[in-house]
Formats: sequence, structure tokens, C-alpha cells
Amino acid sequence: MREILALDGNAAVAHAMRQINPDVVAAYPITPQTSTVQTFSEFVANGLVKTEFITVESEHSAMSACIGAAAAGARVMTATSSAGLAFMWETLYIAASYRLPIVMLDVNRALSGPINIHCDHSDTMGAREAGWIQIFSENAQESYDNFIQAVRIAEHPDVLLPVMVMHDGFITSHAMERVELLTDEEVRNFVGEYKPAFPTLLDVHNPITYGPLDFYDYYFEHKRQQVEGMAHAQEVILEVAREYEKLSGRKYGLFEAYRLEDAEVAIVVLSSTAGTTKAVVDKLRAQGKKVGLLKPRVFRPFPAKELADALRHLKAVAVMDRSISFGAMHNAGPLYLEVLSAQRIYGGSMPVVDYIFGLGGRDIVPAQIESVYDDLFRILETGQVERLVTYLGVRE
Amino acid sequence: MVTKLTLKDLSHKPDRFAPGHRLCPGCGAGTIVRQVLLAIDEPVVVSNATGCLEVSTTIFPYTSWRVPWIHSAFENAASTISGVEAAYQSLKRQGKITEDIKFIAFGGDGGTYDIGLQALSGAMERGHKILYICYDNGAYMNTGIQRSSATPRGAETTTSPAGKVIPGKMQYPKDLTAIMAAHNIPYVAQASPHNWRDLMRKVRKGVEKGPAFLNVISSCNRGWRHPPEMSMELSRLAVETCFWPLYEVEDGVWRLTYKPKEKLPITAWLEPQGRFRHLFRPENRHLIEEIQAEVDRRWERLLKLCGEA
Repeated sequence: MREILALDGNAAVAHAMRQINPDVVAAYPITPQTSTVQTFSEFVANGLVKTEFITVESEHSAMSACIGAAAAGARVMTATSSAGLAFMWETLYIAASYRLPIVMLDVNRALSGPINIHCDHSDTMGAREAGWIQIFSENAQESYDNFIQAVRIAEHPDVLLPVMVMHDGFITSHAMERVELLTDEEVRNFVGEYKPAFPTLLDVHNPITYGPLDFYDYYFEHKRQQVEGMAHAQEVILEVAREYEKLSGRKYGLFEAYRLEDAEVAIVVLSSTAGTTKAVVDKLRAQGKKVGLLKPRVFRPFPAKELADALRHLKAVAVMDRSISFGAMHNAGPLYLEVLSAQRIYGGSMPVVDYIFGLGGRDIVPAQIESVYDDLFRILETGQVERLVTYLGVRE
Repeated sequence: MVTKLTLKDLSHKPDRFAPGHRLCPGCGAGTIVRQVLLAIDEPVVVSNATGCLEVSTTIFPYTSWRVPWIHSAFENAASTISGVEAAYQSLKRQGKITEDIKFIAFGGDGGTYDIGLQALSGAMERGHKILYICYDNGAYMNTGIQRSSATPRGAETTTSPAGKVIPGKMQYPKDLTAIMAAHNIPYVAQASPHNWRDLMRKVRKGVEKGPAFLNVISSCNRGWRHPPEMSMELSRLAVETCFWPLYEVEDGVWRLTYKPKEKLPITAWLEPQGRFRHLFRPENRHLIEEIQAEVDRRWERLLKLCGEA
């Protein structure tokens, strides 16, 4: 029977891990991820999983052990946050280029320095070119659902890329919510028995060399092949989502459009802040204002065309970024830059502005989000864009 | 059946390290790898740190390895093989693998003493059934002979040049073998490829008892500046001068596996190597005395640990 439990985001993902029952988990504690692997280690200690749990001495070794285990033909998982993800940086690229279907939870937390344990998206955004598929979750339920789907996406023979699933540090990771779990059997059947796509290191009768020296005569082709995996990922993500919807009744796409169809202005924002924004949308709608929301779920591969199509009818758009791309155009955020690029290629002529918010866990409240919609309506009235990038909730 | 460690028996074994690799003539690493793979009868999986051995044996689309092999990065040969071994333990427990497989990591001194020390320490402490083998040529040879924490005192490298004010590397090498022994793992040893039977015995113990660590001196004629054909002779002299004693620490018990009949002066090992040439100038002679004193001190301490003093 399916259970409905009160779980925080980290525990929800730990339960997903238990139900997936991976062969190997290698992980290192870091706030605010720690409770995920802590909870999972209880499942290991109590014999609820078959997993070999490697308590590594660093995140660099966590990802290195995941690479070794995945190349050996194991289904492999890990979890991290912030500095831990940054410490993995070198090996993130290696995992992706070796086409190893590792699944990782990244609980979003600001990068040092100064050191800060609270939520922003600078960790994930710093790894956005590493070759991983990146899926953001609004709440504990989504994180649970995304984590289970990630296994199928990563292991799909047309993809074979590692996947990181995100939820917001503390806001989602440590807040108790209602989470509906599938049954263990349903999850087991959904992810299926793992069959590695290539010979593995433990196939001793067919010795394979993993990670040779790859010079100017082949490296480029291998990178080109990696692009193919990423290019196929979008369709696979949708295919897996459709199958998951049949099983769970919960619908997932590349992004969620909330009251967007007839909206005049909209906000584009990731993760838990999208939840707050929905409440603001409802309030303003009740006042007759035509506002909407687009919450990207898949950031890598970035669904440029689909997103541009969904935004095309709007008269003004605000992107809200929980990180800064230092030195980029106007020091804007990475999500803004992607949305602008999509608009340039796939059409749409409305003004798009950026709001940097919530760095280092700075609270974002409905009144601030309302002010963003107010700004968008002002742009409609005056036809003028005063500022391309605004810092929301900072003392200047 | 276990292959006897005789030249006759070993010569009938198929080589699992193929010729045609691009290691330099006289390089210690290639000889060491052949001896290691010949010593083991079971299937082996190898993880390799970035370095000469890795770049010279796997230039895509070629490979010298007739065993499963993985290179991931410079500092993570130990953590990578620990993941492979964990996968093996998991799949074996699930009945998906039945074979007995051995797990080995190779790293140079740069990848082991320096940048890979944390990953090595972690893997050993966690108790993975692996044998980590350091081929110690005493510098970052692959990047062009830069000093490492394994570089002997007085040696000239490209980042510790023998200049007018500083005569080469000023620090003594880190005693990594003792550091690994302090992990209280089942097996730690030091070996040299010139004494192949001693090395191969240690490899067998290591893969059987793991987690285990084997430190092997590996001459590099480019970095040490000697004719390639002197490679094994210089390995022998490192042992005969007691710069590189052959010993093992098995379940906490220290034991010399070879004791020179007559300990040669350190100059016997230093003099044939171009990297130490400047030490023989009059103004640097005191350094040779200091180096001799440190070799003596470490040797005496080892004798005590081995119950020989």
C-alpha cells in the first residue's frame, strides 16, 4: 500500500534511494545535505537495502568512488551540497565524459566565501557546464519523484549521462511536508534491473580500458558524442515523465506553467520560490491582474524552444535568479542569460528583466514577488525598462 | 594452481601488460607493472593515477592493458579503485559475480605521497580489499621532473634547481611507507624491481591480505640522469646503501626481507646520478655527510623496529 508520510525533503530522497536500492552509495557529510545520507545509512545498518555504503573521506573521493563503481557496472548514487559539489568539480566532468549514469542529490546551498550554509543556487549553477543533466525540484514531493525518474533518464541508452536533482537547502531539505510514496515494488519495477550499456570493469574476460589518454585526434569526437547524449535527454526526460505520470498520477514536464496561458506578464523562477510565487499569482489574479509563472524543472538540457514558445505571448517577463554569473552581461544570473538566448533564437520581443534574490538564504517574501509583478506592469505602462538587473531584498 | 615464482614457470605465463607502450627505455614503472601482473594468478582490475604510466600505456585507441583498467584523475586512484571494489562486494553479495577478483591501484610518488595522500589514507582506513602500489621515482617526472615530497634531499629537479644559493632540494623525503604502516592495515611493504622475487612475493601477500600498500623504488633515467641500462643497478644500489630498505609490516610485525651483507656508502648510489652531481663539489660536500647521517638514522630505526638491533 502506498504510504503518505510527513517527511522533509532530505528524508523523502533518502526513501527514494531506499526504494531504488542502489548497489553502491558513496557520500560525505555536508550541511544541509547530511541528513539524506544519515537517514540512508540507517537503512543500510538495518539491512533494508543491498547497498555497499562507502563513507568516503571527502566529496572528491565520493565522486571518484562513484565513477569507479559505475564503471564496474553498479547502480550508483551520492548526495552533496555547495562546497562539496565544488570539491567534486574535476570529477563531475569525468563522470559525464565517461558516460556513467550516476544519480546525485544536490541540496542547494551558497558557495563560500564568506561561508554560508543557507540556500542559493550558486553551487548547481557553477556546475552547469559539467555535462550533467540538472533537474530542479520545488518541494519534497517533487524531489522524491525527480530522483526516481533520474535513474531511468541517466541509464537510458540514448542518454548515458549523470543526473543531479536539486532541492532548496533548509527551505525544502529540512521542512516537513506531506509526501506520497510509491510502494517499494512500484519503484523497483519502475527503475527495473540495472543492465550496464557497455562492458564493465568487472567483466574480466572482456578487459576494457576506461579513461585513456585522448589527444587532438579523438578527444573532439568524444566530446561531440557527449553532446548527442545531452541532445537525446530532453525526449527521454519527457518519455520517463509520461510513464511516471501513469504510475503516480503526478505530471512532470520540462517546466511547469502556472496560470501562464492568458497572462500578460510572468515570472520565471526555479525551485521553492516558485511555490511562493504561485500564492502571489493567485492573489493578484483575484484582483483581476493577468499574471503567470513559469517554473523550469530541467535546467540542463535547457529547453530553449519550448520555453520561448511558452513565453512568446507575454508582454513582459521577469526572471528571478538565485545566483550571479559574475562578469557576465550586466552581472546577471545564469537563468536570465539562458532565457534571453532562447528568446533571441526562437522569437519573442517582450522586455525581459532579471532579479537577483535570496543569496545566502536571504528570505524572499510574497510582497517582494508582488513588487516584481508591479515592476512588470510599470514597464507595460511606460514602455520603458529602467533596469535590466535588480537586486531584490539587498541593502545597497 | 598457484604459479611458482621461478623464471621458468613465470616465462610460461601470458603477459597481461602488452609491449608497444611508450614508456622510456629503462623506465622502472614498466618493469614493475609486468612483475606485479605476473605475480597474480587471479583476474585483476587496475586503477591508475595520472602520470607517466597512465599516459604512456593508454594512448587512445591503443592500450597496453590486457586487464580491466581505469584512469579517472591524478589524486584519486585509491578512491576510484575503492568504488570498483565496493561494486564488486555488492554484486558478489547479490550473487551477480562469483569470480575471485583482485584490485590494484598504481600511482607515482606525486599521485601518492602528495596530491593523492588523502584519498589513499581514506581508502586504507575504510578497509577495502585493495593493493595500492606506488612506483616512486622521486619527482613529478611526467610533467618534467619537478620536486615532490618523495624527492631525496640534495636532488636537482626543475623546481629545485641546483643554484648558486640553494643546492637542489633541501628537504628529506617523506617516509610514506611508515605513514601507511601507521594506518595499522594488514600489509605494508617496500620493494625494488631488481629483486623481482621479493617484489612478487609482496604483491601476492598484498592482494591476499588487503588493504595493503606497496612502495616500490622506480628509477627514471630522465630525472635521475643516468644511462637507461643502469636502471636495475641503481635500484640495487638504493637497497645496498640502505636508502631504500626492503621490508614488510605484516599484521603490525616489522621484518627486513633483505639485509645487505655490507652497507654501502650513500655515495655509491648518489654518484652515478646526474641529479646529485653538484653535491660532489667541495662547497656541497657537507650535504653528502648530512644525507649519509639521515640514511643511517632511518636505517637504525628500521633495524630496531624489525628487532635486528
